[in-house]
Amino acid sequence: MSSEHAHADHPPYQAHFFHTMEQQNSSSKLGMWCFLVQELLFFSGLFMAYVAMRYFYPDTFSEVQERNLLSIPMGFTNTLVLLTSSLTMALAVREAQLIPIQEGAEAQKHRSNMMKLLLVTAILACVFLVIKYFEYTHKIHIGLLPGSFYDFPEWPVFKDPGTGKILGVMGENGIIDVRSAPHIFFALYFVMTGVHGLHVVIGVGVILWLFLRGKRGEFNQENYSAVENVGLYWHLVDLIWIFLFPLLYLVQ
Amino acid sequence: MGAHSDGSNYLNATSGFKSWFWTVDHKRLGIMYIITILSFFLVGGLAAMLVRYELLDAAPTLGATTYNKAFTLHGAIMVFLVLVPAIPASLGNFLVPLQLGAKDVAFPKLNRLSFHIYLFGASFLVYTLVAGGVDTGWTFYTPYSANSSSNVISALTGAFILGFSSILTGLNFIVTIHKMRAPGMTWTKMPLFLWAMYATSLIQILATPVIAVTLFLLMVEKSFGIGIFDPALGGDPVLFQHFFWFYSHPVVYVMILPAFGVISETVTIHSRKHIFGYMAIAASSVAIAAVGFLVWGHHMFLSGQSEMTGAIFSFITFGVAVPTAIKVCSWIATLYKGSIRWNTVMFYTIGFLWIFTIGGLTGLPLATLATDVHLHDTYFVVAHFHYTMMGGVLFALITGIHHWWPKMTGKMFSEKAGMAASLFAFISYNLTFIPQFIAGLRGMPRRYHEYLPQYEEMMWLSSIGAFLFGISLFCVLAVWIHSLLKGEKAPANPWGGISLEWETATPPIEHNFEGQPVCDRGPYEFDEIEVKAPMAAK
Repeated sequence: MSSEHAHADHPPYQAHFFHTMEQQNSSSKLGMWCFLVQELLFFSGLFMAYVAMRYFYPDTFSEVQERNLLSIPMGFTNTLVLLTSSLTMALAVREAQLIPIQEGAEAQKHRSNMMKLLLVTAILACVFLVIKYFEYTHKIHIGLLPGSFYDFPEWPVFKDPGTGKILGVMGENGIIDVRSAPHIFFALYFVMTGVHGLHVVIGVGVILWLFLRGKRGEFNQENYSAVENVGLYWHLVDLIWIFLFPLLYLVQ
Repeated sequence: MGAHSDGSNYLNATSGFKSWFWTVDHKRLGIMYIITILSFFLVGGLAAMLVRYELLDAAPTLGATTYNKAFTLHGAIMVFLVLVPAIPASLGNFLVPLQLGAKDVAFPKLNRLSFHIYLFGASFLVYTLVAGGVDTGWTFYTPYSANSSSNVISALTGAFILGFSSILTGLNFIVTIHKMRAPGMTWTKMPLFLWAMYATSLIQILATPVIAVTLFLLMVEKSFGIGIFDPALGGDPVLFQHFFWFYSHPVVYVMILPAFGVISETVTIHSRKHIFGYMAIAASSVAIAAVGFLVWGHHMFLSGQSEMTGAIFSFITFGVAVPTAIKVCSWIATLYKGSIRWNTVMFYTIGFLWIFTIGGLTGLPLATLATDVHLHDTYFVVAHFHYTMMGGVLFALITGIHHWWPKMTGKMFSEKAGMAASLFAFISYNLTFIPQFIAGLRGMPRRYHEYLPQYEEMMWLSSIGAFLFGISLFCVLAVWIHSLLKGEKAPANPWGGISLEWETATPPIEHNFEGQPVCDRGPYEFDEIEVKAPMAAK
């Protein structure tokens, strides 16, 4: 068929339906931006749920702060960890951009730097996940669970004995305060940080995939768009955490 | 240009199940989508037949639970498995690279993944059906859906997964249209079908994630009782409605914009006339996509939202009707003084114009607050959305399949049989749904399995119409099957089109074009070409 002419002037990493690497790279970048836009809209649904619940139960959100139920030091550490990982990711992209097309010592040096930085990014992401693991297990242990599973003795909710539905917080004199809903706050906490954490896990996987491709000798200055696009994804994951942290941990 | 001397084309170049199931060829994916979508259309149609069977008379026949499951499955299958992918995944996949002069979409493997995700999501809905169905209505309103013991979670999971198929297809088309147009094809030289696909894709990537998060939150609500939507846990059921309709209104534009794109193509080629108002039609596609995001509250006029909110949504809904009307008027103006070919495609095109205009006009009393108070949740609404979604999208899909049939299959179909089937479908379709407008105006509620005897006459007519319409669709299928088995070989360009898909072989070779085609004129400049003998083979 018509593929004979293809390999003469197409680099091996250029798809047959693109004319130039420039077209291929700009297409893949636009594709990643479209994907990020839809990710943003997915998370914005969660942020909308947060806004709605905070509007309905403002006192609950302040009381979580007063009772110090979320560990600000751990959350802040996680923020620093993710910000640093964004830096190492950006540096990895830079190294990939510097790999010359001709194989040689310089190519190997930059490729090896890129791989080291990718590995550090993945490790920092794992540090994030470990800290999250400790946060989650502590909460599970003391009963700060989402929704119907909420069972924290120091801030008890009243469950209707017939239906099991939570009607509000049990006050001292036996009066149920329906304007207090810690089970909803922790539902939001677990759902929002959980979905974000899932995206971190996926990010680790994708970064390690880039590492393996680097090990196989892929990427150079005209073929680094995969590294750049994963970088874009990673920066979005970081950015979402930058919003999550103050909204959940620092809100008064 | 671009035929292979050995006669190999995308259909026969490789064979075997694996070569089809694992293909990255957008044309093969489009064909597979057509077949699966039409198969699910049959399943959804059978559910509709159950609904209409129950409503033949005022007394209960199947009973409330079965009826609720029937209309829920009908709605869920038709919306998620049929109407949303209908034209984009089938005709869109087949045509977008061809009309652009490209060899494939920007991300062929992602395209294949879209199809596999579609099948995977569909399997959850099939499981739901087999496991006993779901009875919440396709709209899954809380608190009932949060508390219903029917198979809600599997249905939600299926819809969630299907959303990703839609998103990835939209993403693919946006990048392809931006980056892979043939040299010389500026945005304003693109066929209008591509403008329609572009606007559709914008909605797909912006709106679909919102339904994903909505269904996800509902699943978590059911599993963990988190209390976002269920008032018994401290949640707000109207919040669910806002979340749900924020996607589900734009999604109707995902369904209809590609249909508009098909009609823009067929109305010009089959009247051999330049489209009237190219820029207006192109701009109105994007305008509908944008404004469509601002009107979701018109599904919620009776939900307790404030009058001010209702008035704003009503006003903007009237606004979104304007670009739609611009299109309909432009198509009619295109036909005026055109050299109209009275064939199957034109019959379906004119049928669409009639049906969609009724659908659009009947949206206006629903958009008006004062009348919607009486019409909300009546059969008037059911008839309105069937005229726009089913009559509009489905008739346009059938129009498009007939129009590009020679290109896709290399065969012609029988015009006589095609025209007869189209008339049968058109008449029985109107017989099904016009009585529903009347019943709704008289107060017949929707989603009721038994009703007051005064509605029986209209409901009976509607059910008879529905059974006949079902038969007519089998007649349409028969036209296609007959063509596949016995149709005569199609010439390269049977309708005399000049957009780039008509410059490939019929059917196209695997890589679409031998070299890179160049675009040097607009897609509808029929007057400037020499008229070739219409059925000459190349």
